[in-house]
Amino acid sequence: MNNFPLSVRIKSKVKETPLVTTFTFDYPHRAEPGQFINVWLPGVNERPMSIAFDDGKAYTISVAAVGEFTKLLGKKKVGDMLGIRGPYGQVFTWKPKQRIAMLAGGYGVAPLYFAASRALKDGCKIDFFHGARSKDHLLFAQHVPKLKNTRYLPATDDGSAGFHGYNVQAWQEELSKGVAYDLVMTCGPEVMMKVVSDRAFEYGIDAQISVERYMKCGFGVCGNCTVDDLGITTCQKGTVMPNETVRKIKEFGKYHRDAVGRKHLY
Amino acid sequence: MADLSVNFCGVTFKNPLVLASGILGITASSWRNVVRNGAGGITTKSLWLNEHQGHPNPVIIANDHYMLNAVGVPDAGVKKAEEEISLFLKKRGASKPPLIANIIAGSVRDYGVIAEEIGRMKPDILEVNISCPNVESEFGTPFACVAGDAARVTKEVKKALKKVAPKLPVTVKLSPNVENIVEIAKAVVDAGADGLTVMNTVGPGMAINIESRTPILANRVGGLSGPSLKPLAVKFIYSIRQALPEIPIIGTGGVLTGEDAIEMMMAGATLVGIGTGVYYRGVEVFGLAAAEMNAWCTANKVKKLSSLIGTVK
Ligand SMILES: Cc1cc2nc3c(=O)[nH]c(=O)nc-3n(C[C@H](O)[C@H](O)[C@H](O)COP(=O)(O)OP(=O)(O)OC[C@H]3O[C@@H](n4cnc5c(N)ncnc54)[C@H](O)[C@@H]3O)c2cc1C
Ligand SMILES: Cc1cc2nc3c(=O)[nH]c(=O)nc-3n(C[C@H](O)[C@H](O)[C@H](O)COP(=O)(O)O)c2cc1C
Ligand code: FES
Repeated sequence: MNNFPLSVRIKSKVKETPLVTTFTFDYPHRAEPGQFINVWLPGVNERPMSIAFDDGKAYTISVAAVGEFTKLLGKKKVGDMLGIRGPYGQVFTWKPKQRIAMLAGGYGVAPLYFAASRALKDGCKIDFFHGARSKDHLLFAQHVPKLKNTRYLPATDDGSAGFHGYNVQAWQEELSKGVAYDLVMTCGPEVMMKVVSDRAFEYGIDAQISVERYMKCGFGVCGNCTVDDLGITTCQKGTVMPNETVRKIKEFGKYHRDAVGRKHLY
Repeated sequence: MADLSVNFCGVTFKNPLVLASGILGITASSWRNVVRNGAGGITTKSLWLNEHQGHPNPVIIANDHYMLNAVGVPDAGVKKAEEEISLFLKKRGASKPPLIANIIAGSVRDYGVIAEEIGRMKPDILEVNISCPNVESEFGTPFACVAGDAARVTKEVKKALKKVAPKLPVTVKLSPNVENIVEIAKAVVDAGADGLTVMNTVGPGMAINIESRTPILANRVGGLSGPSLKPLAVKFIYSIRQALPEIPIIGTGGVLTGEDAIEMMMAGATLVGIGTGVYYRGVEVFGLAAAEMNAWCTANKVKKLSSLIGTVK
């Protein structure tokens, strides 16, 4: 149980979209899809990031430069060193040969791409509903369509690629056509995931949802990531949770808390 | 089934295991989850009058031997405290697991103001944190390190409670990082404390990442906790109990098992706080340790756990 940062060097760096950069680290973390690590910039700060890929030899994270930390991280070069703790959290799971709908938004596409690549090895069939503001923000748009046995179904708010509208609407159209899914997985903005949770419940489809909260320790001690009313920590009991659990989280889709524990409405 | 219940300053706990301040203690839901997992009561994270930012991350690191933390006591202030405390008191159920509200401030005066605010919210016990080693850069040496300062804070808190909650028991949380803890304990009790919490984290300590040649905690230093604290805590509790046999103590520091808790009670603790134990055994630690205490009592023909308090002389 060592939860000290482990020093790793950046092996490669790829710009995915105007905002997002993928970093590869030369260390086999043996992480599973859905898990996250805490990335430490020595002397600066530390932030949670989902594992975007892990092939047992190296692993990657895809980082959106949105604030101070992620912008600094984006400036790090190949060969630079940083610290990693983890992997933490629960994983996405599936059964062989399942028909799976994946609904991704923002950097949520990264762990779902990772999950898809693993589930395909078990003979699963995937419909990948990928939402973004516009074509430029469809992170991993060049990777996902290359997956076998996967229908890639992008949706953009401005209609610049794929379905004009939200990915949940695109998914709804498939459901209305009578496409039967065994399982839904979702990772992305909470308002989107809330619709997925409700719809999956109505249609009686199993769903796994990634509930992300402001995190500090990552190992169930600080309590910053707990959710009302269950009071469980999302870093340990999540982030990936079955819909039955998510439906008991009264704050889901309504509010989250910041670093001092204050509520913010979505 | 042995009787595990204890009475601390007139408040009954179904078992002596309470959540220590600062661990999983931010929301009413989280407190209830800890109670569901077997705790006899809970302590809130330290509450400030106004919003207080904690330190940047990393704020907690740990390995098999110890934990270092410098969370920096983040809090949103009294409005949030009111919301969470009233929710807990409303929803805590018929067994009424007690709530210990833990307060912190940067000045003697502010301790009085926050005590009055929180006193109005009707917690079962008020714990005064004067021993946090992680806000020294802001507020200087903790009040718990000087007998006179510790006594002044205690007096101010008791005075403030006179108007709003004169019966609310006050326990003052002591620091192990002092030359003579018994002297501080006496000063605090003379100033009116009804109980003592022994103890806060040790140090502060430091851990350096040798590859980047940088301290790991963003605050550079942080309080030490975990299993190795237990012998220190047991000794401090024992010494205080010998000097002040009437004063009830919340023993805290390095407790992981029911046997650890029993050891602390024999040294003189009435209640036993568990913080870092949550890291080593999960939030389930409370139920596990309670079961272990029960098994020990049964095997040793102890009918009432509370009969063990202070039995080591
Ligand atoms: C489990 C998990 C996995 C994540 N995976 C990824 C990922 O793969 N790629 C990616 O780009 N981003 C990911 N994030 C979000 C990422 O951690 C934040 O974008 C980042 O912390 C922002 O830091 P900043 O200093 O750049 O921006 P800030 O200006 O400090 O924050 C921007 C936003 O990020 C949120 N945020 C800041 N710190 C944290 C924190 N410690 N925990 C949670 N949210 C925080 C804030 O609430 C704010 O809304 C993940 C978050 C979580 C909780
Ligand atoms: C992460 C962490 C945060 C803490 N925060 C507080 C706090 O806000 N207020 C306080 O009085 N004590 C705080 N403490 C101290 C604990 O309540 C406890 O006194 C100490 O850790 C020793 O007990 P333990 O070994 O069981 O953790 C904190 C300890 C840890 C590990
Ligand atoms: S991040 Fe600390 S408990 Fe989850």
